[in-house]
Amino acid sequence: MSATENATLKSEMVRRGSLHLINVPRIKRWGAYYVLEARIRNMSKWKFSILAASIGSPLFYLISVGIGVGSFINSHSAGRGIDGVKYMTFLAPALLAQVAIQDGLSEVTFPTLQGFKWEKNFFAMNSTPLTGRHIAVGTWLSAIARISLTVVAYIAIMYTFGAIHGWSPLLAIFTAVLGSAAFSALMMGATAAIKNDDMFLTLLQRVAIMPLFLFSGTFYPLKSMPEFLQWIGWCSPVWHATELGRWLTYDHPLNGNSLLIHFSYFAVMLVGGLWFAIRTFEKRLAK
Amino acid sequence: MTSNFRIGDPLIRASKLRKEFGDFTAVNGIDFEVRKGESFGFLGPNGAGKSTTMRIIAATLTRTSGEITILDKDPEVHGPEIRAHLGVVPQQDNLDAALTVEDNLYIYGRYFGLSKKFIRNKIEELLEFAQLEEKRSVKVEALSGGMKRRLTIARALISEPEILMLDEPTTGLDPQARHILWDRLFRLKEQGVTLLITTHFMDEAEQLCDRLMVMDKGSIMAEDSPASLIKNFATKEVLEVRFGSGRNVELADTLRTHCDRIEVLPDRVLMYAESGEDLLHRLVSNGLQPLTSLVRRSSLEDVFLRLTGRTLVD
Amino acid sequence: MSSMKEHVSIAVAIAEKRRGRRSERIYSGRARAVLERSAIAFKSSAWVVILSGFLEPVLFLFSFGYGVGKLIGTIDVGNHHLVTYAQFIAPALLATSAMNGAIYDSTWNVYFKLKFDRIYHAMLATSLGPLDVALGEIGWALLRGLVYATGFMAIVMPLGLIHGAGALFAIPAAVLIAFGFASIGMAITTYMKSFQQMDMINIVMLPMFLFSGSFYPITIYPEWLQVIIKILPLWHAISLIRAIALGVVTIGTFGHLAYFIAMVAIGLVLTTRRLYALFMR
Repeated sequence: MSATENATLKSEMVRRGSLHLINVPRIKRWGAYYVLEARIRNMSKWKFSILAASIGSPLFYLISVGIGVGSFINSHSAGRGIDGVKYMTFLAPALLAQVAIQDGLSEVTFPTLQGFKWEKNFFAMNSTPLTGRHIAVGTWLSAIARISLTVVAYIAIMYTFGAIHGWSPLLAIFTAVLGSAAFSALMMGATAAIKNDDMFLTLLQRVAIMPLFLFSGTFYPLKSMPEFLQWIGWCSPVWHATELGRWLTYDHPLNGNSLLIHFSYFAVMLVGGLWFAIRTFEKRLAK
Repeated sequence: MTSNFRIGDPLIRASKLRKEFGDFTAVNGIDFEVRKGESFGFLGPNGAGKSTTMRIIAATLTRTSGEITILDKDPEVHGPEIRAHLGVVPQQDNLDAALTVEDNLYIYGRYFGLSKKFIRNKIEELLEFAQLEEKRSVKVEALSGGMKRRLTIARALISEPEILMLDEPTTGLDPQARHILWDRLFRLKEQGVTLLITTHFMDEAEQLCDRLMVMDKGSIMAEDSPASLIKNFATKEVLEVRFGSGRNVELADTLRTHCDRIEVLPDRVLMYAESGEDLLHRLVSNGLQPLTSLVRRSSLEDVFLRLTGRTLVD
Repeated sequence: MSSMKEHVSIAVAIAEKRRGRRSERIYSGRARAVLERSAIAFKSSAWVVILSGFLEPVLFLFSFGYGVGKLIGTIDVGNHHLVTYAQFIAPALLATSAMNGAIYDSTWNVYFKLKFDRIYHAMLATSLGPLDVALGEIGWALLRGLVYATGFMAIVMPLGLIHGAGALFAIPAAVLIAFGFASIGMAITTYMKSFQQMDMINIVMLPMFLFSGSFYPITIYPEWLQVIIKILPLWHAISLIRAIALGVVTIGTFGHLAYFIAMVAIGLVLTTRRLYALFMR
């Protein structure tokens, strides 16, 4: 046998054994938090890319479209702007909704594909006391953490550009995060349910996210579109979040009924999406 | 929860355990028992049902029918409670590639809800155990295959598990690394850790396992200690002869008249006998001069061939 | 068997002919084999991605051309030549989609082959030279650019956004643009070491798209910003196609053409050198 047979390890601890070390009820309660902790450790390795992508993209749109296209629109409307405000103010909350949704999406789709397929680390998590529910909820919470950071940074940019004023726009942080959290939950479930993910992310971006971005009343009021295209907006989380954002950042009028619809839309999507995600995670882990 | 088990107490009990994937029966109604402190091996070719059985024990795969308890609990009801006491080394490493060696151990410890202080001390021990002290700050994607394997095994030990489950633990390791790993596993066993190992390496099974379950096509072919299996299912010695391609098959019937059992493989013929030398003499004196010949002791490979009619590693 | 011999003797003849030339180790004249490999590896499922890539500029055209167009009215492209907003952005979207198609094939696809599949390694172990590989790979990106450009034209022409002769010349112009981006894209990719670095490409592409005069003339920018934009390739691409599509070709248009021809040349030289340095030294 090898020479190491009788060698002892320098740093060996007195073995207590898992039966004495591990507190299962505690894990059941805090499991999602442990997953969140791991995700954040992972995300911190990509700080720069994440920051550049999530702040850069809306910033560029804000300057190019908000200021550039805006100058043409403001002069064409003889300074009246759009929806009673200058174009930048009109555009900014829509971009806020969009960036939140875009960020949440990439923070649930990539880890989900990685966890189930590329590196299979969800299976590693599941070989500990953690369950599919912990993994799904933890991953989702990490997306919310990233969304929140981006949204706060972006609101600060909006103030800097003079797109918004006063205190009420701060509440738009909440609606933007809510919209993205609900949509992310649903998309996380969809990603886990997908079997052939070869082109999934590219297709999702081009066939779902891009059209939602372009036809959700982001760049002009939804009502100015023909009615059959307005449908896209009515189904779109970007539009619902944009409407709420506009209501909070300037005097975009929303009546009680509209408010009820927007909030119920997200409430249903959040609860249903999370339920769906947890179910698909559990199913895929047990396959 | 902290009820203690003593050496020899059954930790895993399975009866009529069955798993189907659609039309395919992966595990076909098997019974077995694993006791605390023993080292139990599943031996069989790819697709025999070893890994499926392991995943059912690991409480990550539901059974189709039959009964199984691990630490007296049903895995379908008490998954987390069971997994809390298992250390799992999967066939394919599923480490977090973007994280460092140390971070991988750390987050895995956190999945068990272990305190940060405990994990930090344990990491030192495990890095030494896996001989990865110098690689602690290296990202996993930059490690060699053998290092990744050792890290996966170290990771499984972070929670000081009651049962350590290793699916093909030494596949891809060099001979020296294998011996080191075997030594480490012995030490764990001495501390009362129960080992569950699947392998298709005969020497590994003979070295590590107190008891072996030979599986093929989802069923148990035999179950005993390695020595008893060899004694019961093979002769004392084996004579391996080669007559050149094509002629092996041609001569099979003639060779069969000289001993009770032969196996014709593509490149050679195995002849089972109490004394290989005597048999070889008989062949030569009958004009059957092989191109090459070899006399050796029977091994588990022969047991497997006898039980399933197939070689273990294709 | 005899045809096999024939092939071998042809190959030997080609090799004999090239022997002694300085270019022998660089170019064997069989870039087509590399192209063929891409065609074989092309999965039917990839059609969906091609289709979706073509969809993107079309959606932009509808959303901006229609919606924003209503708010802006017409745009002056110089000398009081007024065009509708959709007419203004359509050429820009064509140029951008040629760029996107070419960049996608010449960066990410090349990166995976370079890093993980080690395909170039295998290719360059045969008699293929680095220029064969570069031309073959870039040629594939061009084909894709051609498909995008033709598809986009098929939508834009019936809408009357680009007319007769303009449309005829816009397609080859789009292919040239794709050629330029593909060559440079592949050259840059050969220097890339990690996914994070690859992400930088996306981070550069978006602002280039947003600031290169896609949505309005860049004359509204301060002077210094205009200078920067005029250095970037997409501005030349957009200006080139816009001039052709709107029928306002000037001497400057040939400047844009020259820019892209230079880009192709530099990209090819860099890629060839780099592949040689990576695999043949």
